[in-house]
Amino acid sequence: MAEFIQIILSGLAAGSIYALAAVGFTLLWQASQTINFAQGEFVMLPAFFVLVGMTVLGLGLWPSVALALVLSLLVLGVMFKKLVVEPMLPHGTLPLVIATIALGLLLKESVKEFYGATAQPFPPIFPQEVYQVAGASIAAQDIGNLAVSMLAIGGLQLFLTRTRTGRCMQATAQNPAVAEILGVNVKRMVMYTFLINAALATVASVLISPIYLAKFSNGETLGLVAFIAAIVGGFNQIRGALVGGLLIGVIDNISAVYISAQYRSAMPLLLLIAIILFRPQGLLGTSEGRSV
Amino acid sequence: MTRLQMLFCALGLAGLIAAPLGQGNYIVYTMTSWLVFSISAMGLNLTLGYAGQVSLAQAGFMGVGAYVTALMTLAGVPWIAAAFVSISTSFVLGLLLGYPALRVQHHFLAFVTLAFNTLLFLVLRNEEEITGGSFGLVGMPRPNVLGLATDSNLSFYYFALVCFVVAAGVMWWILRSPWGRAFKALRENPIRAESLGLKIRRQTLLAFAIGSAFGGFAGALQTPQVQFIEPHSFALIHSLKLLLMVVVGGSGFFFGPMLGAAVVILLPEVLRFTEGYYLIIYATLVILLMVYSPGGLIGAGHKIRDRLMPRTEARRDMEKGFQL
Amino acid sequence: MHRRLIGTAALALALTATQALAELKVGAIVELSGPGAAAGTNFRDGVKMGFEEINAAGGVLGEPITIVEYDSQTDPQVSRALVQKAIDEGVFAIAGTVFSSSTVVNMLVAKQAGIPQFTGSEAPSITGMGNPYIFRTAFGSQKGVPKLAAYLADEMGVKKVAIVWANTEFGKGGHSAFMAQAEKHGFEIVADIPTEQAQADFSADVLKAKNSGADAVFVYLTEEESARFLREAQKQSIGLPLVGETTLIGNKVIELAGDAANGAMGHVGLTPEANVPAMTDMVARFKAKYNYTPDHNAIKGFTAAWTIKCVTELVGKPDSEAIAQKMHGLTLTAAACPGVLLDVTWDDTGEMSRESFFVEVRDGKQTIKAILPPN
Repeated sequence: MAEFIQIILSGLAAGSIYALAAVGFTLLWQASQTINFAQGEFVMLPAFFVLVGMTVLGLGLWPSVALALVLSLLVLGVMFKKLVVEPMLPHGTLPLVIATIALGLLLKESVKEFYGATAQPFPPIFPQEVYQVAGASIAAQDIGNLAVSMLAIGGLQLFLTRTRTGRCMQATAQNPAVAEILGVNVKRMVMYTFLINAALATVASVLISPIYLAKFSNGETLGLVAFIAAIVGGFNQIRGALVGGLLIGVIDNISAVYISAQYRSAMPLLLLIAIILFRPQGLLGTSEGRSV
Repeated sequence: MTRLQMLFCALGLAGLIAAPLGQGNYIVYTMTSWLVFSISAMGLNLTLGYAGQVSLAQAGFMGVGAYVTALMTLAGVPWIAAAFVSISTSFVLGLLLGYPALRVQHHFLAFVTLAFNTLLFLVLRNEEEITGGSFGLVGMPRPNVLGLATDSNLSFYYFALVCFVVAAGVMWWILRSPWGRAFKALRENPIRAESLGLKIRRQTLLAFAIGSAFGGFAGALQTPQVQFIEPHSFALIHSLKLLLMVVVGGSGFFFGPMLGAAVVILLPEVLRFTEGYYLIIYATLVILLMVYSPGGLIGAGHKIRDRLMPRTEARRDMEKGFQL
Repeated sequence: MHRRLIGTAALALALTATQALAELKVGAIVELSGPGAAAGTNFRDGVKMGFEEINAAGGVLGEPITIVEYDSQTDPQVSRALVQKAIDEGVFAIAGTVFSSSTVVNMLVAKQAGIPQFTGSEAPSITGMGNPYIFRTAFGSQKGVPKLAAYLADEMGVKKVAIVWANTEFGKGGHSAFMAQAEKHGFEIVADIPTEQAQADFSADVLKAKNSGADAVFVYLTEEESARFLREAQKQSIGLPLVGETTLIGNKVIELAGDAANGAMGHVGLTPEANVPAMTDMVARFKAKYNYTPDHNAIKGFTAAWTIKCVTELVGKPDSEAIAQKMHGLTLTAAACPGVLLDVTWDDTGEMSRESFFVEVRDGKQTIKAILPPN
């Protein structure tokens, strides 16, 4: 039982960070039909902004995190939208997919060339305490990661449903043309989405890097997991992405312990295929009108 | 084919025959790789450029072909039979994957193929008794053609060239057939195409399966070329690489995938002087290309030509032929 | 463009007097991108530093060495093509590759051309195939693991073992080497846990090992994964001795894992704490030059460069065939060839042996528990 509790808990802790990446993924999809194949790299990069702040500029951890947030908003939010997505929107989905694959490569290789190919230690933001509860070792880090991700996603959900700007963003996502007629500044709403995605990526990066260690190639698995989580949960729902992320985290741990360590990464994929076959709109998603 | 195009093709073929003469082993080997990847990219181009579907498993299908061929030729089956089985297996797998995916929604094929490619990798790596696991399979023989051995790199190049010409010929024929022409209708105006009696889903499914079969064929050729195969060579990242090849060259153009494969394979050579930066430069170039010309390099070439040359009736005819 | 050179022709050319005056080229084919980039970059930087220092001190046989460097992209097929390319360009020796899955393929090309190749790979299969042109720069796991298993059985009295290993060619080599020893020493394997290449989350794996009832955990992962494993093991207070190879307790791992590395034990070929000043010096120079802590791949690359220099000078000319022959049964002492750092011997399969150490990490430093003789 203690073992099971521990599996679920570390699964949730890992899954909550996948959820952050997956939520950003679905937001971009809703707002601009962008399937962002560089999403994993978006989560990899902010950790290096933090490290640059700490080692090159000699700042403390929190000022560096603030710096990373600003840089991420600028690079992964504004620049990504203005320089990559916007000029390509008239061309349709495919060129944009290709461009994001290339962008992922660009970010990865740039970090490797300009910062280093080997993994870097990353300072933990939570105390390294471990509590023994009913025979299970529960780390403060796991609880902290879970709490921060849930707060971030919960806050986002509140923002989207309770504020005027948030509702305008939703209107934009659902029907840009109608939103425009109703006086919503569609362009600005789309920009907000990109900024939110960048901010979520920064949070995920800061939470996950103490465990993963900061490395240029971290995005490869993360991107894939976020992608799967988003589809499993429902490609057009924030709640869906949240559930998808948590589910993938837990399933990964359960299959590694109880099913087969060699095939652990197969389980989320089998789930993905099952979802596509039996519930293509995702666990919590609603059917999409458009077929892109 | 117009007379001009025939002339171009003949010249191109003569160039390909003459190119490896007097070159080092490495160049011949790299050119062979280019032929193999061109075949695979050609198949993906059918799926992507003509049927408008993203497949993220083209490397996976190459893997299917490569492993089937490896296991069969190691067991003593002649290459030609093994290649036939490789192609059929990829085709059938393509149908099996495509059917449920295309049933639902347009972009779901991308997700299903992504899952398939990763699962395939796991199976190839874990089922060590059959596939050799991460140790891979070694020592596959190179085929004898009409009693001629293809053991040297040069003779294998010519063998691959023959396969390439056959594959390109088949692709040309497919696209010229009424069935292939239907794609153009589909791409230009799906609703009208459907109203004219085209079954979009069946058409798309077949395109994907045939595209996958080309991947299987390329894999069947890769096995004797490299004489060593292991799961990582067919991982998802290589499917993305193939996707880039097609789009960089120009998806939907007959010669796009060949140009794209050449760019991806030769670029590390051309950019060698930049040392570690070549991937950074490559990635930047791809993004710029997508912004400027989503039709890839050939599309960009057309754009430039349109700007330089006045539009005339004759030119438009030629373009039609070029694009098929 | 030069004519197609088959191996023997290249060799014949290399033997002519005019060729001796041409520049000396060594090929470095390493993983500079893809999953092997971290290991490969270390190896490449080691080779580079080695030859830069050699060139600064007068080169090999009075000639400076040019390194022809290629990125194998961690792709066996590419690596094979690049070894071919290096040979086409007239290198007389090759350093690389590090990933075993690449080396098993590209070593066939070097063998065909008769070019000696100094690999950083550790899978047993590499020297087990009767290739007379392949030479290791670090022990194969079939060499290191028996030393370690004997220590586990005799000194620590271990009976039940959990194994955590990387599901790659490298990890499988270590796994099967350990399995053979387990049989010999009568260990009971209570958990057998394969992990993915570049795996980031080890919570399930640590949990499984922890609850397996083992006396000790044998960890055979690459360095960064080892560091992640150690951190997770600390987080779950695993409470078991963790033993492994250089890849578990190397400097890079200690730097990454911090506190969590304390208590880990293992067998290392070369350690900065071994009172080998040449080694400590080399690490310091490397850090000053590249601004990061070298891992054991960097040391492999560095010693590969020096081995090439010393053996070439022993032969007296850059003759690939003669170098390969000379290497078999050769002993290089640190006194005669300082860059090898510790006395080292190659047998006739290209396997190397040298003194090694059993160390434990205490307060973030390796401390030597036993010196193990060459086997």
